[in-house]
Amino acid sequence: MSRARPDAYPRLASHGPSLPRRVWNTGFVGFCGFSTLLLMLPLGLIIWHLVSHGIVALTPGFFIHMPKPVGEPGGGMANAIVGTLIVTGIGLLVSVPVGVGTGVCLAEHGQGRFGALVRYTADVLGGVPSIVVGVTTYALVVIPMGHFSALAGGIALGILMVPTIARSTEEVVRLVPESYRHAALALGAPSWKVTQQVVIPAASAGILTATLLALARAAGETAPLLFTALGNRFWSSALDRPIATLPVMIYDYARAPYPDWNRQAWAGALLLLLLVTAVSAVLRLTTRRIGRTS
Amino acid sequence: MTLEVPRTMPPKPEIPRPAQIGSLAPPVVPPPAAPAAAPAAGIEAGPAKVAVETREFSLYYGARHALKSVNLDLPEGTVTAIIGPSGCGKSTLLRSFNRMNDLIPGVRVEGRVRISDLDVFSPSTDVVELRRRVGMVFQRPNPFPKSIFENVAFGLRMLGLRDAAELEWRVEQSLLQAALWSEVRDRLGTSALSLSGGQQQRLCIARCLAVEPEVVLMDEPASALDPTATARIEELVLQLKSRYTLIVVTHNMQQAARISDRTAFMLEGALVEVDETRKLFTSPSQRLTEDYITGRFG
Repeated sequence: MSRARPDAYPRLASHGPSLPRRVWNTGFVGFCGFSTLLLMLPLGLIIWHLVSHGIVALTPGFFIHMPKPVGEPGGGMANAIVGTLIVTGIGLLVSVPVGVGTGVCLAEHGQGRFGALVRYTADVLGGVPSIVVGVTTYALVVIPMGHFSALAGGIALGILMVPTIARSTEEVVRLVPESYRHAALALGAPSWKVTQQVVIPAASAGILTATLLALARAAGETAPLLFTALGNRFWSSALDRPIATLPVMIYDYARAPYPDWNRQAWAGALLLLLLVTAVSAVLRLTTRRIGRTS
Repeated sequence: MTLEVPRTMPPKPEIPRPAQIGSLAPPVVPPPAAPAAAPAAGIEAGPAKVAVETREFSLYYGARHALKSVNLDLPEGTVTAIIGPSGCGKSTLLRSFNRMNDLIPGVRVEGRVRISDLDVFSPSTDVVELRRRVGMVFQRPNPFPKSIFENVAFGLRMLGLRDAAELEWRVEQSLLQAALWSEVRDRLGTSALSLSGGQQQRLCIARCLAVEPEVVLMDEPASALDPTATARIEELVLQLKSRYTLIVVTHNMQQAARISDRTAFMLEGALVEVDETRKLFTSPSQRLTEDYITGRFG
């Protein structure tokens, strides 16, 4: 039953937003814009600094020449570029199977107490400072092997990447709609095939993004490599020998008292940034194409 | 990789039931003897073989008694509609036939469900095999994010079918049966998600038919679709009943009246009445049924 409208209650006429509301609105939009700018500022500064300092030394020779002895001008970081590719490659080989496996398992079967334990372990491992990972790998790999090696460096990076990959994989696998699983189960697919042929393909773009984020993070790590891959002034692509990597080389060159080395350190940092960006751009483009056709 | 099917496929006006797939094949069930001759008198034609049967079947979600001693016989080659208000247990009953309820923790059953020669809840029953023989179409179209071809081929690949020519043939047959072939024959390689909602649902039906089920369960198959797409699905259901036993859960009583041979009315987990559709809607034997179909509640 509707009651008569008391005269005190006016009809809710449609007029524009009130003045205080407009002020608040403008204020909040302004604040959001300001925060966004503030967030982008450091990145902009980093890129500006790297480009302005590094572009001079980023010559073709930088890519193909070996480091020159002190005092001799020129020279490049060819060995460190290849070394970084090798070490991060080993890191991926270590971390992707373990991380993706753990993530899928957590998402599909991780409801119990064991799942919670694994999740907690992964989070703690993810929070371990990278230098500690380096020292641990030193104790576990370098000492038994008797010397520093590319392999040890890769394992250290792999340990750093595993928790990120595992937790992000879990998140994206959880996002796969339940209806896909039901459809596959109703067709008589056993649950492992549902995971393998429906869930993982549906989550593959997300898993790749997770891996890339972990890779981008690990590719720039210096601390865990100091105790493991060590660095090398000479050409080496042997997995059981010390190997040069960009971050360690940048570290060495940046604190050296020679302006020429400092310039090369900037160029190395710029290159590292470009490498990570390029890898992620290429992988993103290829997955987008796969996503469209399959 | 192109998934183009050769255009030169010999025309197959009459779709023969292909040989059973793989070693999981059950004994071949003879298709029901051509009921097309007397569609109106389909039921009276003789005592049809019972394809699905439940006996004192009860189901509990934890402490909640969701299905109460359901006794139901569904003859082979018929469409049965299950109607009833929301929460009456019609979907639960449907999902018991292929044991999709197993996915819900805390489900417990009593009594028996038999589908042809399978004792559904017997511990020796292979759920994977059961679900191949009892296909399901869901309320919302749920194609995989794969190509149209791969969606239909999915179940076949699950059964271990590898031969490309046979896969193509079976995919084509399934799409023909689902009345989708003419619309997608030129783009089998494109993503299933590019289809319209109604097409997606027919694709899901094709995907379900590809593994040659004996019984097809449909859980409100048209409730997420517009009227035109709904009409096409209903038409399809009528075409399919000569080859499959269909059980359709629906909210829509007019739909039940249009497509089904028999209708089961459920209320609060109990089966109130099951009869020939025309009889149930014109002269129901139970007061509750009459109240529901005349709109007095629900």
